[in-house]
Amino acid sequence: MATRKIVTAVAALGLLATATGCGAADMTKQGSPYANAAGAKTVTLSVQSWVGARANAAVAQYLLEHELGYRVDTVQVDEVPAWDALSQGRVDAILEDWGHPDQEKRYVDDKRTVAPGGDLGVTGHIGWWVPKYFADAHPDVLDWHNLDKYASQLRTAESGGKGQLLDGSPSYVTNDKALVKNLNLNYQVVFAGSEAAQITQIKQFAKEKRPFLTYWYEPQWLFNEVPMVEVKLPEYTDACAAKGAKDPSTIDCAYPTSQLKKFLNTNFAKKGGKAADFLRKFHWTKADQNEVAQMIAEDKLPADEAAKRWVQRHPDVWRGWLPR
Amino acid sequence: MSSTTMTAPARAAVLRHRAVRKLLLLAAVAAVLVPLADARWGSGSWPHALTVSLDGPLKSTSTWIIDNRDSHWLFLYFFGHISGAIITAIHAVYVVLLALGWAGVTAGAALLAWRAAGVRAAVTALLSFAVCGALGMWVPTMRTLALMIVAVAASVAVGALLGLAAGLSDRVFRGLRPVLDTMQALPAFAYLLPVVLVFGIGVAPAVLATVVYAAPPMARLTALGLRGTDPGVLEAVDSLGATARQRLLTARLPLARRELLLGVNQTIMMALSMAVIASVIGADGLGDRVYQALSTVDVGSALAAGIPIVLLAIVFDRTTAGTRQGRTPPRSAWAVLAAATAVVAVAGRLLGSQSWPDGWTVAIAAPVNTAKDWMVDHLYSGLPGIGGTADWAAHYTGWVLDPLRSGLQGLPWWAALLIVAALAWLIGTWRTALTAVLSLALIGVLGRWDASMDTLSQVLAAVAVTLVLGFAVAVAAARSPRVERLLRPVLDVCQTMPQFVYLIPVVALFGVGRAPGAAAAIVYALPAVVRIVSQGLRQVNPGALESARSLGATGGQQLRQVQFPLARPELLLAVNQAVVLVLSVVIIAGLVGGGALGYDVVFGLAQGDLATGLVAGVAIACLGLMLDRVTQPTKGVRDGNA
Repeated sequence: MATRKIVTAVAALGLLATATGCGAADMTKQGSPYANAAGAKTVTLSVQSWVGARANAAVAQYLLEHELGYRVDTVQVDEVPAWDALSQGRVDAILEDWGHPDQEKRYVDDKRTVAPGGDLGVTGHIGWWVPKYFADAHPDVLDWHNLDKYASQLRTAESGGKGQLLDGSPSYVTNDKALVKNLNLNYQVVFAGSEAAQITQIKQFAKEKRPFLTYWYEPQWLFNEVPMVEVKLPEYTDACAAKGAKDPSTIDCAYPTSQLKKFLNTNFAKKGGKAADFLRKFHWTKADQNEVAQMIAEDKLPADEAAKRWVQRHPDVWRGWLPR
Repeated sequence: MSSTTMTAPARAAVLRHRAVRKLLLLAAVAAVLVPLADARWGSGSWPHALTVSLDGPLKSTSTWIIDNRDSHWLFLYFFGHISGAIITAIHAVYVVLLALGWAGVTAGAALLAWRAAGVRAAVTALLSFAVCGALGMWVPTMRTLALMIVAVAASVAVGALLGLAAGLSDRVFRGLRPVLDTMQALPAFAYLLPVVLVFGIGVAPAVLATVVYAAPPMARLTALGLRGTDPGVLEAVDSLGATARQRLLTARLPLARRELLLGVNQTIMMALSMAVIASVIGADGLGDRVYQALSTVDVGSALAAGIPIVLLAIVFDRTTAGTRQGRTPPRSAWAVLAAATAVVAVAGRLLGSQSWPDGWTVAIAAPVNTAKDWMVDHLYSGLPGIGGTADWAAHYTGWVLDPLRSGLQGLPWWAALLIVAALAWLIGTWRTALTAVLSLALIGVLGRWDASMDTLSQVLAAVAVTLVLGFAVAVAAARSPRVERLLRPVLDVCQTMPQFVYLIPVVALFGVGRAPGAAAAIVYALPAVVRIVSQGLRQVNPGALESARSLGATGGQQLRQVQFPLARPELLLAVNQAVVLVLSVVIIAGLVGGGALGYDVVFGLAQGDLATGLVAGVAIACLGLMLDRVTQPTKGVRDGNA
């Protein structure tokens, strides 16, 4: 009985080994199970949660589907895990990266599983902002040295006696905790949990004309609804950036203004054919992106409808992206 | 009847006596240990000296895994094959579903439901799939379906094997049971991080997390079914000279059929709820649509993706729960079924597209958002007299949650341990008390004390509201058959809905923060509480009630002095279920601003900071274990006797 059991077990193991090919199964070369089903060529795009990124993805998706005949899947993955997913081939492209030096070094330089895809054409800038009505009344708030003076006015239930610095999604690039500590400010960083929550909160403040200080970035369509002015932080220098790259908790200067970049999975970049070519050439301006973002966020159009309208209006911009 | 009324007070007296002894002993221990602990580590939040930071080792582990995922043998020859097999399987199922086309899938599902559970289930399936298509969610629905089919098949296989082992061997059963019990008390969110650590983000880890979460009920029920076989039958089979295998196949398994089917049903429901939550780690399909919509507070789109989830749940539930008890249908029936599906699929293909026709969809997102805006404008604030939902949320946060949180966080750490020990010991045995205390202590050791107290405050407040509402509804339902009849379909739907779906409407009404999480948790836990309590009240011996009435007791007196005391086990079970269910939703509410432990998990996933997320996940598991042990009486007593 016992020997028979062992024989069965060995046979089962052998069967399993043959069935799985018994070779190496590289986890970095396993795409999405939904890709390339039913004969369709599929491109999987990572969509981040902010509207600008959805605008990129929507237009890329529309053109890939209608002009080049691909099927496009979009998956919502947060910024850092998206790099891992990109290197594993679970998504093919990130269209708007705000700068992740650690990941870039690991995946592009060391492992070579991710390939740069060129600039998006949009310049991104992160900073601290106050509403225009508050800045007009108190112009000196725009210098960080004077922030502490206004801490008591910016207090909320969640900030525990200090001024509130409103942050959004936990996934965004942010040094705010380090900044508050290193600049010795009497402020508490409060995470709203998501950008949507942050926007809701900002709109509510604006409705009541209450002052607030928030982590924010441009390009962003919300500026059209709630005009905001940036607070000047200590100037961004290369020395400060180098220090921050070594230990993020020591950063004590403003955020850089960066060219937003695209990244492709290396395999996809090599074998992706027209789609990879198209995504590399995808390049538009802040105005273009805002036009689509506004349609999605304010006019509440579905993303594909917004993309369709933009595509119809601007053939001159996207004609050049199509591979010849 | 008289025996029931006689023994209840007697039992209470014994219990009180034992309870007093336990409390005295605990007080004595505390009197010795507390001054020592206070002198050594002070009173207040968990002492820093007693924490162990796992951030460093976890971070280096995670980095090592990412760096070696494409080269180390462990990944190439083991984990790689696992995820490869999952992806291949899902791809295969998905291709089949696509090949069947919308007509084939709908017809196939309806026929399958008809064979398995009758005409009503078939109509349900037909309508449900049609609605999924009409909402423009056909492709995401098929993806979720493909993922579910693979995950459920794997869960049932794993669960049945474990259950078989536990059913046949006493030793395995004894070892396995506490593990399975514990796994059922843990919130789904806690399962996500470990698989992400090894497999990264994607569909394969999502399926694995689902299998781990959904297999325990199958294992439990299989084991229970096998062990519950009538010994007389077994003896009869033995006397016929059957071998062990014959005995298993011809007597024990067929006799355990009811439990096995129930196990499959439970596994499917848990797998669906997990498959949706797993969208946070990259499971595609309906969950991902809900997740994308939640992150932009687009309630309309979230609802459009949420309805198919509910419909899938209902179809699965009706089809498996209604499976006929009698003989299995003949083989030929399945062949006819397959042939009919194939015919419809081919017909559908000839008629046109395989995916749901574009012209047949109804866009509900825009009207729903309009309705939601109207609702927010009108219900959100400033209703005369009662305020608006935003005011309720603010009051709940300001008057209930905040004081409770500061109270719990201000409680000396040793006092929290003592309270937990006392509660768990009073209700169970010294073993359950020890488990509860150790779980709580582990949270402190991991350095998550304050966040856990925050989560705990949210759980306690929501449980209190759930119990008040649940008891009120249950009393009404137990008294009036009409109320009960009206309630049943509502409870059915509420219980089959995955937890994720509850987050959608509450965000619209209560904004972002801790209040919407509480609201979602209350709605999610309420049906179970109502059901258990009303069943308990109805089971109360009618004779006891009759005699109380004849003594001139009013309705309230009957309730307080007869029905509640006699239904005590069910009431305690209701409390336990409320705690477990509320915790699972309060954690997910980290996605909509719930903060605390749930937020840490979301943060860990979002920043790829698995150290933070994993430790928070362990803390969640500990909190769940502690709450379960503190509120779980019956099993504790049984453990003590075993």
